[in-house]
Parts: sequence; C-alpha cells; structure tokens
Amino acid sequence: MNLDSYTVTRGSKSAKIAAILGLIVIVILITAPWWAGRADMRLLGELFLYLALASLWNLMAGYAGLVSVGQQAYVGFGGYMLFALTIFGGVNPVFAIALAGLLGAAIAVPVAALIFRLRGAYFAIGTWVMAEVFRLSFAQVGALGGGSGTSLPVGIVRSMADGRSAREALSYWLALGVATLVVAAVYLFLRSRKGLALTAIRDNELAAGSLGIDIFRTKFLVYIVTCAMTAMVGALIFLQKLRISPDAAFSVNDWTAFVIFIVVIGGIGTIEGPIIGTLIFFALRETLADLGTIYLMVLGLVAIVIMLKAPKGIWGLIKDRMNLQIFPLGYRVETPDENKGA
Amino acid sequence: MEWLNAVVQGTLLGGLYALFAAGLSLIFGVMRLVNIAHGDLIVMAAYLGLTATVVLGIHPLVALIVVIPAMAGIGYVLQRGILNRTLGDDLLPPLLVTFGLSVIIQNALLEGYTADPQKMNAGALETASLSVGGLSLGILPVLTFAVAVAVIAGLQWMFYHTALGRAFRAVSDNQDIAQLMGLNKRHIFGLAMALALAVTAIAGIFLGIRTSFDPSIGGGRLIFGFEAVIIGGLGNLWGTLAGGVILGVAQTVGAKIDPGWQVLSGHIAFLLILAVRPQGLFPRVSG
Amino acid sequence: MPEPILKISKLSAHYGDFQALYGVDMEVAEGEVLAIIGANGAGKTTLLRSLSGLMSNEAGQITYRGQAIGALRADQVAALGIALVPEGRQLFPSLTVEENLMIGGRVNRAGPWNLHKVYDLFPILQERRGQASTSLSGGQQQMVAIGRALMSNPDLILFDEISLGLAPIIIKDIYAALPGIVGGGMSAVIVEQDITKALSVSSRVYCLQEGRVSLEGGSATVSREEISRAYFGIA
Repeated sequence: MNLDSYTVTRGSKSAKIAAILGLIVIVILITAPWWAGRADMRLLGELFLYLALASLWNLMAGYAGLVSVGQQAYVGFGGYMLFALTIFGGVNPVFAIALAGLLGAAIAVPVAALIFRLRGAYFAIGTWVMAEVFRLSFAQVGALGGGSGTSLPVGIVRSMADGRSAREALSYWLALGVATLVVAAVYLFLRSRKGLALTAIRDNELAAGSLGIDIFRTKFLVYIVTCAMTAMVGALIFLQKLRISPDAAFSVNDWTAFVIFIVVIGGIGTIEGPIIGTLIFFALRETLADLGTIYLMVLGLVAIVIMLKAPKGIWGLIKDRMNLQIFPLGYRVETPDENKGA
Repeated sequence: MEWLNAVVQGTLLGGLYALFAAGLSLIFGVMRLVNIAHGDLIVMAAYLGLTATVVLGIHPLVALIVVIPAMAGIGYVLQRGILNRTLGDDLLPPLLVTFGLSVIIQNALLEGYTADPQKMNAGALETASLSVGGLSLGILPVLTFAVAVAVIAGLQWMFYHTALGRAFRAVSDNQDIAQLMGLNKRHIFGLAMALALAVTAIAGIFLGIRTSFDPSIGGGRLIFGFEAVIIGGLGNLWGTLAGGVILGVAQTVGAKIDPGWQVLSGHIAFLLILAVRPQGLFPRVSG
Repeated sequence: MPEPILKISKLSAHYGDFQALYGVDMEVAEGEVLAIIGANGAGKTTLLRSLSGLMSNEAGQITYRGQAIGALRADQVAALGIALVPEGRQLFPSLTVEENLMIGGRVNRAGPWNLHKVYDLFPILQERRGQASTSLSGGQQQMVAIGRALMSNPDLILFDEISLGLAPIIIKDIYAALPGIVGGGMSAVIVEQDITKALSVSSRVYCLQEGRVSLEGGSATVSREEISRAYFGIA
C-alpha cells in the first residue's frame, strides 16, 4: 500500500465553492441598503438575528448537549441592558450592544453555577425558571417601565446616525455583522481542539468518561459565551424594535420556540442546519403567517415529525444524499482515483 | 396572625402544586421522561372540564368522572403513538417532541377557546369557608389539599402494594430484564402516562375552579410542578407534596410582603434550595 | 432423538459493527439439559439474548415448538414459555425478594412452580422475603434469579453463567438444586465457563468459539482434547 497517495484534508471541493459563494452573498448583502426596499431590509435584518439565535442555540443543544428552553432570558436581558445603558448611562447604542454582551456573560456565570446542578431534561426546565426570574425581576424595575415597559427616547435613536435611512442601514449592517460573527465564531470554535472534543463526545459516549472534567469546563464555557452573544443579539433586536416590555423581552415563543423549530427543522448538530432552517422558517412565515395559531401548530407538527423521522433535519437529508459539506469540521482521507484497489 | 394566615394559605396552595407535580414525578420515575407539555396538559384538562360543565350542565367536581378517563385515554394514546418512539439514550428527542406538543396544545386551545380567560363555576364551594382558631379557611383550598394528600397516598400505595406498581418499579429499574418477565414496556409506559394524566385531570379541574385560566398559562404550571419535584427530591412522592407546600408558602409569604413578589419569591425559594441542597430536601434513599 | 423444542439455524447477530454470532446451528431436545461452553466473548451470552428476544440485530431462524420466534419481543417470547436467568443475576433493586419472585410469575402459565415451591427449594429466601433484593449475598441473589425464572413455569429455561462470581461452596449448592428444577420435564440450556460443572449436569454440549459452533457432542463422550481444541482453538 502506498501511503503517499492518500491525502488528509479538511476542505473539500464543495466547501471551497461554498466559501466563495458565501463571500459573494455576504458582499451582495452588505450592499443591500443601496438596492433593497425598506420592508425587505427589515425582513432581512430580522432573518439575520434569528439566524444568530439559532446558531447559538444549536451550539449549546446540538454540540454541548445543553438543551435550554430559557434563552429568552438573555435576549430580554440584552435588550434591557441596551435600554438601561443608553438611557441612564448615556452610552452610545452601538457600544452598548457590546457592553450588553459582556454583562450577559457576567450574569450567565452565577446562573450557570446554579442550573448546572440540574441534569439532562431538568436542566432545560431550570433554564426556563431562570428566564421567568429575569422577567419577573425586570417587571419590578419601575425606572424601566415596570410591567408595561418603556420606549427608547428619540434623542438616543437620533444619536445613532443622521436621518432615518442611515439609521436603518446601520441597524441592518449590525444585524448582518452579528449573524456573520456568530456563524464564524461557532465554526471556528467547533474546529478548535475544545470544539472537536465536544463533537467527539457527542458522537461517542465511551469517550465521555475519559474526558469528564475537561468537558464540564468546556460546556460551562460554551454556555457563558453563548449567553453573552445571545444578549448582544437581544440588544440589537430591541434596538430595532425601539420598545421593550417584560412580556415581549422574555417571550418563550418568540425567542426560544421559534429558534428550536428553526434548528430542528434545519438540522440539529450541524452548522448548516440553522441556516437552512432560518430560510425555511421565514419562507413559511411569509406565506402562512395569516393563519396565526394554525401556523404555529403546523410548525410544531413539522418539528415533531422531523425529530421522529429524520432527526438530522433537512440538512441531514441533503447531506446523506449528496455527501455535501459546506463547513468542514473534521479531517477526511482522500484516495486518489488512480490508486484505487492498489 | 396575618403571617400565620399566609403560611396556612400557602400550605393549602401547596396541595394544588403537588397535584401539578405528582404526574411529572410519576412519569420521570417510571421512564425518565420529562414532559415539557405537562403544564399545557393541565390547562387542557381544565378546558375539558369547562366544556363538560357547560355542555352537560354538571358541577366541575362531577365533571371529573368524564375528564379523568378522557385524559387517561389521551395519555395512553400519546405515549404509545408518539412518546415511546422518543425514548432512548438521547436526551433531545423527548425534550424537543414534548416541546413541540406544548406549542401545538397551546395553540389548539387558543383556536378552540380563544385567549379570553375562563373559569369554572363551582357554586357555593368557591366561597364557603370554615373558621379554625381565628383563621378563616376556604373549603375549596382545604378540599384541594385533602385531595392532593389522597392522590399521593393512592399513588404511593399503588407503587408499593399492587402488581402495576411492581411493574412500574421493575421497568424503571431495568427495561430489558422487565421485558423478560413478560412485561411489555411500551404498554407499561402507556399505563404510566395514562395514570399521570389522570392526576393531571384532577389538577386541571381544581386549577380551573380556583382561578381563571387561559391557553398561555401552561408553562407556568409546568414550572411550579417542576419546582415542587426538585425541592422535594427526585423520586419521592411525599417529598413532592412537601415541595409543593414549601413553594406555596414561599409564594403567599412573598405576596404578603409585596403582591408583585408572589411568583418571584417562589422561584427564589426554589433557587435557594437548589443552591444549598441540589438533591432536594427528601431524596429517595435507595438507589 | 425426540422432536426438538428449539431449533436454531444460521443465526447471526451483531452489536453495531461488531458481529458476535456467525451462522450458528443448534437444537435443544424436549426435556434435555444442554450445555453451552466457550471462552469469554465466544458469543454465549449473545446467543441467549437472541433466544430471549433481547437482540434486534439478528439474521437466521429461531424456531420454538414449530413457531418462528426470531422477530418476537422479549415479553412475547417469555409468554411462550422461555425464561432466562440472566448473567449477573440482574434482580430489580427497587423490589423486595418476594416482589422479584412475584414479578417473575406475571407470565401466568400453568405449572408446578409457585411461591411456596420456590421457598421449598430455597428456604433462605422465605426468611428474607421482605428484604430489599440488594441486601442479599451473591448466592442468595442467584437463588432469587432462578426462582424468578421458575415462577413463570417455563418449558425451556436458559441459565447464563450462574456460577460466575460465586464462592465454590455456593456453586455446589446451586448445582445440587438443578436436577430438582429441570427434573420435571423442563428443557434447559446452561451457559457456563466452568466446564466440569456444565458437563456434569448436561446430556449434550456445544462449544462456541468466536461466534461459531466449534464442537457438538454428548457430555459423557467428548474427550478433554476435543474440548480444549474447540474451546481455545488450538489445533
């Protein structure tokens, strides 16, 4: 056997093509303010934010095994921090988004210390309890409007940029930037040593025992970073909405149910899954949203059927049929065709 | 005296929370399943009760005769039709499937009954009270608490003194070996879910008599039940009752300090116990 | 030879990528005590798991009293009258001694065995009937495991490594009790690493080696050399 003829590689042809296509798409998207209408940009901005939330939830649940149904805690927390920092601290809104992320990390540490005591499915409900604690606590803060919420003062909104279209472009670019940052960060983390260990353990239970302690730390880290980024996304969401209230900020439907459905339908435990899922989710929403509650029931039903019949989601189906890979994580051995059977 | 009153009222409220928790505790004990839709099933039982009282013109407590078997039947079908397929080593399928169920039930109720708050009319039972040592105790809360004690005693007896309880414990210990004893675990799991939802039916009716309800409150009921289970310690039914009482007392005492703090102080009590005794106050002694 | 109660042909089984059995052929005659010997990993336990309906990845035919049982679930197999005494006892820790026995009686077949009969066979269990099964010694736990299987009044009883991890004196007691168990016309398959013990109670023996049958013969007639060859694969 001639070992020289085998090559170990991370990339694949499809991955290279996808990377180039991805860059082109990002460049086109960056120029959207010059060619897209106001409504389209709003929709795209929302899509980017859901993509970011979905990628983050997928990292936690699909790779680290931390199934949270309480990420609305950090969306709402980030939103409230944006309002508090800009209204009381006079902080520039864009800077406040980054600060909201840091504060999200800071609050996630004690929260994790508590809820990491719960195992498996009970961890999930524990995250929900924390989200409720956040919601009820912010409803007690009179300065931020208590239970009925508050609006972002006009002066702060104006301080972002001159004129409405410039503001809208800025908020669009921020959303695009955050989504790109999150997807890239998730990808790079999963390629790192820690990330590969996480994936290896997810795929092979035997390995879990021998790496026990290390993995706990990695999961803890994943939780903190995910929550920090979720808080940043939350700050951006409410910078676009310009109004915040406890029920909207900590809505389990808006910030967790939809996100879970996106990931499950797209394909949990894959980087591509949340991207596909977000596109499908928005396509469905734009066509079926008039149906209201029926739309939600259909989403729930589709998610259940996918979980039972095709647990790797739509991306899993595509990948199995076509052996595609857009974000190469592992290494693969390539055999040159002419050496086959040698 | 006012504080004592808050503690007593909280204790009685704990009976309702124990009813929320008992079904959750039962199915976790038998098949390690955590049902995210549990709260929505409680609300669904309340709506079934409401429909029964309106259509048949019966008292809510009489409606239990209809709602208990209905919920038990739904539980068996749900388990054998869907949930059994999710059980295994992987945590995700049961969690995500019951989460999807939760959203479906919630929106189906919204579609069928609108978002308007509803309440069941139990007539004189709602306002009747008895006076004990200067405290005024509502008959309804006392009855709820008594029913909770009876339900938990009944479950406890079933678990340790009947063939079905033996089968539940055997399947919980070792599914393969239980199967060798001629137990079909799919059927046993179906029976466990049927029993859990029968308890849920009782919980839903008492919830619907006590307060107004709407399709969105399921999540909150799940959380109360969950907190009672964890405070009491996993796998201990009497502990679950104690957990419900602690949660109820924390809420009424919190509400006494500031009405806006009722639910929040219950959560805080839960988090405190999680911080100092993560295994709960009364964990099951044996393995 | 009378009509076999159990007939296995070309049975293969695997755990994921690992194949544990390769086309095993075997017969158990009505009323016979059959021994299966073999080294660790030879496939003995897998064979018993397949017979009991606990393996899902199997190919080939298992026929019990003329009925194909390969695709049945374990509870359905149990209902037909096949009982397994599993390796390592595997009692239910949440159940008392008596409850463990009673759950064995859930398969409600007619026959001589009931609680009294099991207590007659193993009197110590009656004294310990209310205790948690985990509080018993290894030998007593094995008695419960055997009693639990008998409670279903099986026609065919499968013993998996009943002497494993027990003191020699206790093994002697348990093997002394075996003739009383299988004497009543019950067929038995005894999987055992202790070859001498296995041969002493059986009429025929099969040896498994790396998932294949390497020897078949009468327990009284096979020679030491044949066994060592079949057992260790030494030519």
